[in-house]
Amino acid sequence: MSTQVPETETEAETEAEPAGESHQERRMADKAARREYRESEKKAEAELRAAEESVHLKVFRYDPEVEDKQEPRFDDFYVPYTKGMTVLDALMYARDHYDSSLTFRHSCRQAVCGSDAMFVNGRQRLCCKTQLSEMAEPVRIEPLPHQDVVKDLVVDMEHFYDQMHAVEPYFQSEDVPTEEQRQSRENREKIKMSTRCIWCGACMSSCNIAAGDNEYLGPAAINKAYRFYMDEREDEEELKEHRLRILEQEHGVWRCQTQFSCTEVCPKDIPLTEHIQELKREAVKNNLKFW
Amino acid sequence: MYEHDVIVVGGGGAGLRAAIAAQEEGADVAIVTKLHPVRSHTGAAEGGINAALREGDDWELHAYDTMKGSDYLGDAPAIETLAQDAPEEVFQIEHWGMPFSREEDGRVSQRPFGGLSFPRTTYAGAETGHHLLHTMYEQVVKRGIQVYDEWYVMNLAVTDEETPEDRSCHGIVAYDVQSGEISGFKANDGVILATGGPGQAFDHTTNAVACTGDGYAMAYRAGVPMEDMEFVQFHPTTLPSTGVLISEGVRGEGGILYNADGERFMFEHGYANNDGELASRDVVSRAELTEVNEGRGFEDEYVMLDMRHLGEERIVDRLENILHLAEDFEGVDGLKEPMPVKPGQHYEMGGIETDENGLTCIDGLYAAGETACVSVHGANRLGGNALPELIVFGARAGKHAAGGDMAEAKIETGERGDIEYDETELPYQPGEVGMDAGPSGVAADGGAVTADAGAVVEQAVETERERVATLMERDEGVQHSQIRADLQQTMTQNVNVFREEEGLKQALQDIREIREAYQDVYVDDPSRTFNTDLQQTIETRNLIDVAETITLGALVRTEFRGAHWRAEHQERKDDEWLKHTLVAWNDGEPTIFYRPTILEGENKTYEPKERSY
Repeated sequence: MSTQVPETETEAETEAEPAGESHQERRMADKAARREYRESEKKAEAELRAAEESVHLKVFRYDPEVEDKQEPRFDDFYVPYTKGMTVLDALMYARDHYDSSLTFRHSCRQAVCGSDAMFVNGRQRLCCKTQLSEMAEPVRIEPLPHQDVVKDLVVDMEHFYDQMHAVEPYFQSEDVPTEEQRQSRENREKIKMSTRCIWCGACMSSCNIAAGDNEYLGPAAINKAYRFYMDEREDEEELKEHRLRILEQEHGVWRCQTQFSCTEVCPKDIPLTEHIQELKREAVKNNLKFW
Repeated sequence: MYEHDVIVVGGGGAGLRAAIAAQEEGADVAIVTKLHPVRSHTGAAEGGINAALREGDDWELHAYDTMKGSDYLGDAPAIETLAQDAPEEVFQIEHWGMPFSREEDGRVSQRPFGGLSFPRTTYAGAETGHHLLHTMYEQVVKRGIQVYDEWYVMNLAVTDEETPEDRSCHGIVAYDVQSGEISGFKANDGVILATGGPGQAFDHTTNAVACTGDGYAMAYRAGVPMEDMEFVQFHPTTLPSTGVLISEGVRGEGGILYNADGERFMFEHGYANNDGELASRDVVSRAELTEVNEGRGFEDEYVMLDMRHLGEERIVDRLENILHLAEDFEGVDGLKEPMPVKPGQHYEMGGIETDENGLTCIDGLYAAGETACVSVHGANRLGGNALPELIVFGARAGKHAAGGDMAEAKIETGERGDIEYDETELPYQPGEVGMDAGPSGVAADGGAVTADAGAVVEQAVETERERVATLMERDEGVQHSQIRADLQQTMTQNVNVFREEEGLKQALQDIREIREAYQDVYVDDPSRTFNTDLQQTIETRNLIDVAETITLGALVRTEFRGAHWRAEHQERKDDEWLKHTLVAWNDGEPTIFYRPTILEGENKTYEPKERSY
């Protein structure tokens, strides 16, 4: 229910290794058969025994290429708990000590790269800033809902990026500057929250409308447009209207039904729903102008 | 095979700026990055961008501060280029929409930073890097520059002439993480490495998991010397449990440090009688560790950073992000409590040796950003000087690679000109193990001497396919996570803030053993789809090479300069050591040589002075 696995399996073969198929299969079978008891696992068991507490993770697994992972399943991992440990820390521990094929995106570990939004205990969360102590056990970790799963906890982000790009997310000016433009503190404050977006995709994944309408721009992209529409440095009327036209299209701001789910899950506390409503107002004002 | 004029490896600040500059020169540019660009670690930079924008400040003051901060190991032509180009680069990104913090009159705000004689650090809250990264990515989208995201670059396609200075780079080999496809990318005009730092060589670091030093290692094995790698910056204010960075901006705004006895030790113990908390980073990091080592730390591990007296309004206005970081990653409310901090690996001053135009000694191969060493930062980087370096030298490398009209560089590169060789007896043989066996036996210069660039790329692709096949076919042995943990442990123990000869030798021996263990590394995940096991195994090899150059430099440099502290050599030795350390791979048998630092600037010669704050 929460996770969509691509229905069809096509072109697993790549041009990179034309004659690799049978070889690949043999190798996979070998590895599965000979999965050995590793040093790191021994170490993990000792650490687990020594730890005062452990945490039970239930992690979604899927790999279109590996026979026993083609059917999605959940794996259990028990990780020794240390104070301050996050969901990401636990995933990394499980991967580094039990199963190196456990796959997930992560990089900065400090809530700015936006790589590790996942579905943890039934909600979109950024794993690196989610404390295990706040999660009920077993901690259930799944890929972001409403997106195709590539493997384990990795989802295909292309559609999200396409929507972000669709709002022309850039200043249009071609001036060659000799000094800075002025911007009032109030205006900077106005756009501040909207510029905090880290493109993690949690909002889009939580949005019922986006789930039903694949062309809906979605909260993150509309917020990105807000960031430019509201910035006083780009003040040409024509540009503002151009931006509103993009937002007003059939799959734009009017699709939002103010359910606030995006706002609730945003790890950067961006008031996404408010921003969308403000843009609706701007669109109405702009249309009245021509009457 | 893919083909472009200029290929930029890495999608962080330097890479994006380079791509934009090359595109403006009319080149067909592509960015190839193992992450999506907005995931790059530039986004974690907090503090700001130094640029002399205001009356009362000028580029010469910025250059002077930078030279002093570098402990006279920066090269004047590089430093002056940085200081001269920074203002227009800042105006440029402002016009691209960068949401800088503002003054009442609407101009860009600037704040004081450590080691600066003028408050010249422009910033956007305490999340300057995030905004810089996103602003430039927006411009990349606008220009339609092609981005191959989540393509991991495995190696360079370089010809294999006897001496590196005769070689040329014709492209790269990369694999598509999502599909496992290994492909060649031919670069008609140049390859620019903008791959960031090597923080993952240490276990307490502010760096992202992705900061695995790929660029250094690829350039190094292709024959480009690594310059001044021993100079590693340990940032004085990182959170103890995770290594998350607390910006120098906190101290810039007036935050104070104290020990378990409640003493403001920077002053009370005489570490920096004038500048106190705003002394240069190396000074503050050593002071903190000295306090801890002498029993005045909290829990024998950290000191406290307090900003409560700044008041909620100012903190929320200028440092709001710090409140979130302290809360989320240490469980501390910065408005109500002091924040525990300790030094953590933060930045590599050294890197791929380049000139002011980003060019290495190999034709067609460039580097920019943290991975490059121009050298701007010398023995110690000032806070707020990394981001201007990204945009200034990113832009220059991009423009030069695309054939833009630029003045000839003053800085010399490669194993030529005014150099001398090191004569230190090394306790262990560094470099390649089992020269032609196994995956680590693959020399990076796997290309062939040939006039046909396409053939050089094809050859490199073939070599990488074999390397991957070997790694994947092996069914038992050691896993990269174990090897990486061992490497991080020895580096953190022996090549840290305080360095001793015995410890450095121990680290060299450990690295030797780690290399031997890597001969038996295997990839357990059999899948071609998003195989991060494979990617991390290759990254670990890169980390080993980078860690060895850091350790070699640290061992041979018998003086105390900037971030490089040696127990047995407690003074800066200008008579002997006003020179850069260069470590060359030399096809697997590293050699070490030196080149004098350039202190002659455009209008004056910088005279080394005592660096006191």
